[in-house]
Amino acid sequence: MSEKRVTLFAGHYGSGKTNIAVNYAKLLAAKGLAVTLADLDIVNPYFRAKDSEAVLASLGIRLLSSPYANSNVDLPSLPQEIYAVVDDRSRYAVLDIGGDDRGALALGRYAAEITRENDYEMLLVVNCYRPLSSSVQSTLEILNEIEQAAGMRFTGIVNNSNLGAETAAETVLASLPYAEMVAAESGLPIRMTTVDARLFPALSGRIDNIIPLTLQQRDFF
Amino acid sequence: MADKVLMKGNEAIAEAAIQAGCRFYFGYPITPQTEIAAYMAKRMPKIGGTFLQAESELAAINMLYGASAAGKRAMTSSSSPGISLKTEGISYIAGCDLPALIVNVQRGGPGLGGIQPSQSDYFQATRGGGHGDYHLIVLAPSSVQEMADLTIKGFDLADQYRMPVMIFADGTMGQMMEPVSLDAGGVQQYDKPWAVTGTGMKRPHNIVNSLVLDPAELEQQNFDRFARYEKIAEQEPMWESYRMEDADYCVVAYGIASRVSKNAINEARKQGVKVGMIRPITLWPFPKAALSAAAEQVRHFLCVEMSMGQMIEDVELSIRCNKPVSLCKRVGGMIPSPADVLSAIASITKGGN
Repeated sequence: MSEKRVTLFAGHYGSGKTNIAVNYAKLLAAKGLAVTLADLDIVNPYFRAKDSEAVLASLGIRLLSSPYANSNVDLPSLPQEIYAVVDDRSRYAVLDIGGDDRGALALGRYAAEITRENDYEMLLVVNCYRPLSSSVQSTLEILNEIEQAAGMRFTGIVNNSNLGAETAAETVLASLPYAEMVAAESGLPIRMTTVDARLFPALSGRIDNIIPLTLQQRDFF
Repeated sequence: MADKVLMKGNEAIAEAAIQAGCRFYFGYPITPQTEIAAYMAKRMPKIGGTFLQAESELAAINMLYGASAAGKRAMTSSSSPGISLKTEGISYIAGCDLPALIVNVQRGGPGLGGIQPSQSDYFQATRGGGHGDYHLIVLAPSSVQEMADLTIKGFDLADQYRMPVMIFADGTMGQMMEPVSLDAGGVQQYDKPWAVTGTGMKRPHNIVNSLVLDPAELEQQNFDRFARYEKIAEQEPMWESYRMEDADYCVVAYGIASRVSKNAINEARKQGVKVGMIRPITLWPFPKAALSAAAEQVRHFLCVEMSMGQMIEDVELSIRCNKPVSLCKRVGGMIPSPADVLSAIASITKGGN
């Protein structure tokens, strides 16, 4: 897979965007690329890329995130440094967009610049086990809503269908027809299928462009 | 496709409410429960229900009051400061003997506090919260599945006993995602001959009101209501006993704190400490009998709470202070770690506090 300079992950809230963005940034860094991970989530108060701050720093990945992430400040604000992801073309950028159209609004501010540079991939993260995106039609509705709010068009799909800790290899395999139908209906390619790293051995070779995810978790249970 | 779906706790509450036949949701946004409103906003219009974002918490709770008086299953949700705003209306709903479902996805306080998880509204929830003598049935889930199940049960209890029920969660429970199986198995129907639905010129007017002009009558209403509460206290307490069979020490924790505690208990067991847990699922009625039975068995209790120590008072009352009760706490949006709880267990086994 050839990487674009900017990769954006957007989708329904709870679809797995943050985990995927963190893992994708690590993948790029492992290839020796200079990477910035930008947290554009202005919606979710908990479970942020900032939870992986230490790991990202140790890998040389620059994290741009609201100074208020994981704090008690409930402000939909973004740090001014986030302009660096469009201004500084010497680094690869991975953008974690907030959930649904409300979250994607934050992207609108940078959309023109990203589109002008035209070296980006905007990926819709989908999970057919989420109740509000369980059908092809409801997934396409979310796709349209996000495109309208963001002022940008998707270029591909990430199938992240999972049931959390109860995901089995069969869970992922059963989601493939759904992902293929979303792809066919939207005209977008399935750019990757992401799975919990523990399932990777069982699924590797059976699905194209499969990527193992190390899940970021809080350690209280 | 699988029977299970992956849901946030907040979504599970919303979907379970819909499955329980709730068609009226009145809310006002506040972190960390906003997904309940967001979910209802998407789903209600598709199923002929009403999602209404009110102009304030006060408006929302009074809309719930009205919908309940009309005999409909209805709910509202908020987080700590928003619940405080709603307590006047909750008292009125209790005073009118109306069923209603109220969700509190708690955050740190007091005051505006913060948006991170907390359990510091325990006194407010279990003592009624507003003015006057009344209770809510308070249900404390500890998993996303239980958030769904207890929401459905909450609507049934509310209708059965004609009183408000609170789903008592916290920000982490609301935000965390777990697989859920949603199958309410049909909505249980309750007769509501008291509902204000129009007389059709066929019956006398129904009046739903909490104003009682005659003090003797108001006294009698309170007596009658508390006779009902007594029955509930007898019949409805719910709790989970975890590894209590041979326990010398008993942790008492609910909600997210109980999940942390389970990890600590399993670790302590590996180290040879015989410790178990009683997890109250109903905080009102509090499972007093389970606690007093445990007091015959164990040497020491440990309450694990995300408050400065509120449930601990119910534990001490339940066991009539027959055994020492210690407290392990984090507050302000902080969650105790398994290590925090483990070291508190170690401390009580050494006879400390």
